[in-house]
Amino acid sequence: MKAWLSHNLHSLGIALERMRSAPLATLFTVLVIGIALSLPAGLYLALGNFKQVAGNLHSQTEISVFLKADVDAGRGRALAGRLQARPDIETAHFVDRAAGLEQLRAAGLGDITTALPANPLPHVLLLEPGEASPEGLRTLSEHLAGLPEVELVKLDADWARRLAALMRLGEDLVALLAALLGLALAAITGNTIRLQIYAQRDEIEVARLIGATDRFIRRPFLYFGALQGLAGGIAAWGLIALSLAALQGSVSLLATSYGTTYAIAALAWHEAAALLGASTLLGLAGAYFAVGHTLRGLDKA
Amino acid sequence: MIEFEQVTKRYPGGHEALSEVSLAIAQGELVFLTGHSGAGKSTLLKLVAAIERPTSGHVIVNGQNVSRLKRAAMPYFRRNIGLIFQDHKLLYDRSVFDNVLLPLHIQGLTGQDAAKRARAALDKVGLLGRERARPITLSGGEQQRLCIARAIVSRPALVLADEPTANLDEAYANDIMDMFRAFNQVGVTLVISTHDLDLVRRYGGRALTLDHGRLAA
Repeated sequence: MKAWLSHNLHSLGIALERMRSAPLATLFTVLVIGIALSLPAGLYLALGNFKQVAGNLHSQTEISVFLKADVDAGRGRALAGRLQARPDIETAHFVDRAAGLEQLRAAGLGDITTALPANPLPHVLLLEPGEASPEGLRTLSEHLAGLPEVELVKLDADWARRLAALMRLGEDLVALLAALLGLALAAITGNTIRLQIYAQRDEIEVARLIGATDRFIRRPFLYFGALQGLAGGIAAWGLIALSLAALQGSVSLLATSYGTTYAIAALAWHEAAALLGASTLLGLAGAYFAVGHTLRGLDKA
Repeated sequence: MIEFEQVTKRYPGGHEALSEVSLAIAQGELVFLTGHSGAGKSTLLKLVAAIERPTSGHVIVNGQNVSRLKRAAMPYFRRNIGLIFQDHKLLYDRSVFDNVLLPLHIQGLTGQDAAKRARAALDKVGLLGRERARPITLSGGEQQRLCIARAIVSRPALVLADEPTANLDEAYANDIMDMFRAFNQVGVTLVISTHDLDLVRRYGGRALTLDHGRLAA
């Protein structure tokens, strides 16, 4: 156990020394990996933030229920009371036809309304559904349309469905980008390792001649790949944090224009840990394949 | 220790470096391998160290049939052999001391124990004062001695030296031969290839002569 530990520490030391001996090359590689990783991670973060904002919008979804012209205010209020009791309806608000006309006037459409001989508006119920899923909304609106007092149910469920589809697309895009750039990371690491092996072929040859096992030769390169991946992950994390700081100003401005405030959510600890873990593993995997392949190539030479 | 049975080595392209060589070297022997250049001395040593494999015949070293050695067993086989190369094969990006430390690290020996043994080996070849130096700053004779220190630091039972005195003047060559004799006296089996017949005459010991890939009587 102690020998194993000292062996591994030794290999880790060699890997660190190799990084230190070419600081500029290491820096550039780490930056490239960091940028490659920050793209999917940043998009993931943007999607999470967007979802949060969209979630707030969702709860504001309204269903307008237009009542039949022969339904009077009393029946309308009674219906509002009954609907209010349903678990899938948050609030049911009765809007009198006279109040509706007032609202139109207040909205600056007074000219039209004064030109009309009588109030053309029916009584309306404004419902705020408790459940926001597109399917739930559809069932609810179908139920409402079936009620005897109801003339028309107006629900713009399309935009909710489109938003959900857009989110799915976003998630798929993140997954695709993560897969592609993860592959790129492994390839970058693999290539760095391959160049290193060629630079160190003398050492590898000598080590072989004096009885080094493949594992002994491979280990420092594997550590190098994993370390480089980890450093790239940390760089990506830093790049994302910097970008968020840079964007917060304009996001605040946008939020203020809507009369709210919004702080961009950064990567949570477990997400950051996943990012670093994945980048380390991908670096290790790239190194593993490159070492295996290149060493076999040297054997043949 | 070493046994060749009807060993032939033909390189790709048809050149036959060794033809039906049979020989036996016992444990503790000091054997010179002589012959003109291209006679097959280096090939013979490479076959012993399993760097090359015979085209036909058997090479048996330490009771192991080299041609049947599995790839995974190779490192452990090599650790019993100290190799001294004509071109030294030193690592120029690290100190003299680290060069000697390498075989010990390969065998899993690190820390103070390894450092102690590396110093002992450097002391034996008279390079203790140069341990921090880079190999490139050493003279040819010193580089050869460093190569020897690296070969003996893990105390192998068999040492193979390919033209160890080839590019050295006589005083250096004698130094190195004295070292080899000292190793031999503590029980190390040595096979030394050389084309310098004077050297063989001066130091005595058994001589095997190769001529165009065949063992001369």
